[in-house]
Amino acid sequence: MSKEHDKGMTLIVKVITRLTVGLILLYGIYIVLHGHISHGGGFAGGVIIALSFVNLMLAYGRDVALKKLPKSAMSFFVSAGALIFLGIALLGFSGGYFFLNFISKGEPFRLFSAGIIPLCNIAISLKVGAGLFAIFVVLVLLKFEWEKKE
Amino acid sequence: MAMSNIIPLFVAISLLGAFIISIIGKRLKWLPDLIGSLTTLILLVLSLITVRIVATQGILVYNVGSWKLPIGIVLVLDGLTVFMLVTVNLIAFFVSIYSINYMERFTSKWKFYTLFLLMMAGMNGVVVTGDMFNLFVFLEIASVASYALVAFGTERHELEAAFKYTVMSTVGTLFILLGIVFLYSYTSTLNMADMANVLAQKGMSNIVVMVSILFIVGFGLKAALVPFHAWLPDAHPSAPAPISAMLSGVLIKSLGIYTLCRVFYNVIGINSSLSLVLMVLGTLSMVIGVFLAIGQWDFKRLLAYHSISQIGYVILGIGLGTPLGIIGGLFHLFNHSVFKALLFLNSGAVEYATGTRDLQKMGGLMTKMPITGTTTLIASMSIAGIPPFNGFWSKLIIIIAAVQANRLGYAFWAVLASILTLASFMKVMKYAFFGELRNKWSEVMEVPFFMKIAMVILALICVVGGVLFISNINEIFLKPASDVLLEGTKYADIVFKGIQ
Amino acid sequence: MIIYLLCLMLFCCGLYCILRKRNIIKIILGIIIAEYAVNLFFILVAYRMEGRSPILSSEVEIVNMVDPLPQALVLTSIVIGLATTALLVALAMRIYEKYGTFDITKIKELKG
Repeated sequence: MSKEHDKGMTLIVKVITRLTVGLILLYGIYIVLHGHISHGGGFAGGVIIALSFVNLMLAYGRDVALKKLPKSAMSFFVSAGALIFLGIALLGFSGGYFFLNFISKGEPFRLFSAGIIPLCNIAISLKVGAGLFAIFVVLVLLKFEWEKKE
Repeated sequence: MAMSNIIPLFVAISLLGAFIISIIGKRLKWLPDLIGSLTTLILLVLSLITVRIVATQGILVYNVGSWKLPIGIVLVLDGLTVFMLVTVNLIAFFVSIYSINYMERFTSKWKFYTLFLLMMAGMNGVVVTGDMFNLFVFLEIASVASYALVAFGTERHELEAAFKYTVMSTVGTLFILLGIVFLYSYTSTLNMADMANVLAQKGMSNIVVMVSILFIVGFGLKAALVPFHAWLPDAHPSAPAPISAMLSGVLIKSLGIYTLCRVFYNVIGINSSLSLVLMVLGTLSMVIGVFLAIGQWDFKRLLAYHSISQIGYVILGIGLGTPLGIIGGLFHLFNHSVFKALLFLNSGAVEYATGTRDLQKMGGLMTKMPITGTTTLIASMSIAGIPPFNGFWSKLIIIIAAVQANRLGYAFWAVLASILTLASFMKVMKYAFFGELRNKWSEVMEVPFFMKIAMVILALICVVGGVLFISNINEIFLKPASDVLLEGTKYADIVFKGIQ
Repeated sequence: MIIYLLCLMLFCCGLYCILRKRNIIKIILGIIIAEYAVNLFFILVAYRMEGRSPILSSEVEIVNMVDPLPQALVLTSIVIGLATTALLVALAMRIYEKYGTFDITKIKELKG
């Protein structure tokens, strides 16, 4: 057994997690990309993406999860998501209005349609996914620091 | 580009500054200061431009994403909005200059500036929006940022105060949201102008009365009117001094008083019983706040209680409902922003130099810190209502308005509260700045440059603030703001007719 | 009608929890309950008799939709609630670190 398997839960949980975590992540991405034509959207998809990382962290311990998505990357994604969203809103000024849907809207019920809405969904999912995981990590790490002190 | 494109910039620029700082401010130490001051300077200049735009072109209405009026979110720029924008951004600019030096004591300045600019975005958004739910969202952005800023020091007292503040303010938020839900179910619209139209057609009903009560509790909690004031004396002193200045100076005004005025005057429509409630709440805050303030020995806590008392004057003036009363209330709102921000910055300067906030331990600091001492003297005389300074004029107008409206009882309490304010600030000056210099403070130095310059300019505004009431400036700054409130629910027609 | 009243009762339960409980965690739970009661109320206000979910589809014509606007708004208000709750939990953990207790009657250094 390699070193990374020392921490975390039992083998059963780890194997199941290894099998499912990718699917959960993919499902989250699916929800984000199809947000404008079916149920879901940036927030719901972002939460599912964050949950896949939370799952990884619960099963394998924090080191493995933080190696996959380091803290600096998280804070970068949070700010970048917000900046992309704001940038899309500001680009609307090219058509004369803040938040204008300036890309052609295409046919309804197609994946590439609805103008800026899919782009906004992606930005929101970056922000929500990274942000929610960051909240979880910060709360958990705070607890660890304080146990060390005692 | 139409002139009205300036309106969304107030939110967009502050958000842009906040996120740029959060993405690269961690590595470059000098960057947060620069972007923080630059952003607030741009916002100040933009808000001064809007004064001119509204004076020449009248009310501007902006459709976000070019969705037409009752459907999409609209942003409205009218007299009251401009007045609040200037107040918020003026104070924010000086506070951000001040914090360049002051925040050196704390680690991770970039977090401070990110939260600060997010709070700015929230406050500017609350002021410019013309949509009920949008108002709620911006209200929450500003509030959540301010919860985190109150807890910024993460010491025992800060955490306790922040927890109390968060719980009480969240309850206020829930009341506001419940009120919005009732209004939406009654009128089937979220746009304030449309809502005012529908409410005017349907007339008063029990639901409107219930919504009014929910809004008074909710916005009253945000504005710290007296039965709901318990969080303010803890939260405002616990924050770092620049944030205390922002919270007391503009946050409670834009989240509490502006929203109260907008909702009750322009959407629901004022009537005599609502106006009576506002006046009673205002008088209660005024008197109870000042009585609680007199016994305080902690410099910042004393100032926080005076905030409650001065907010009472503003609400009393606005609640009177006469033209003179509203002008007096709004004028006092501006003046209070300036001198209370200045006083909190002064208390921060004293704490920066001596490390204590206890008035009994200070003494004779005037000789060592002449600039801080002089500016505190000016601000104290302003808040107490000594003639040449700005606080005197606005209090005088409110009292005259109360007498004219035949509300002699309220006028009496206003005069009494003013006298007690004077007494309590004489205590501050006597114990902190005059008298014997203690040996302990012989090494005390005057504060650094940026802190001094912010305090001196705010003190100058205090001295010349009375000028605002001279007819020319009054015409373009205060008069449009009070007109917005006076025309009441005609607001709806004006917005529908406004330049698109 | 009864369902709206039940919602408001849930809100009152939350308020009672905030006002009466001494434990910080229970206060936070009270806030969450009250918040969800308001959100639930908002969703119920939007419900129409026999309503369908308000999503267009290419195959079937949907005639009887529920009001879609409150659903979007409730999502926003849930996000705001998430931010507030996360902040409150972080504050509660820090308070426990400094004071060693969750009892608000023992966390009373600020007064006067």
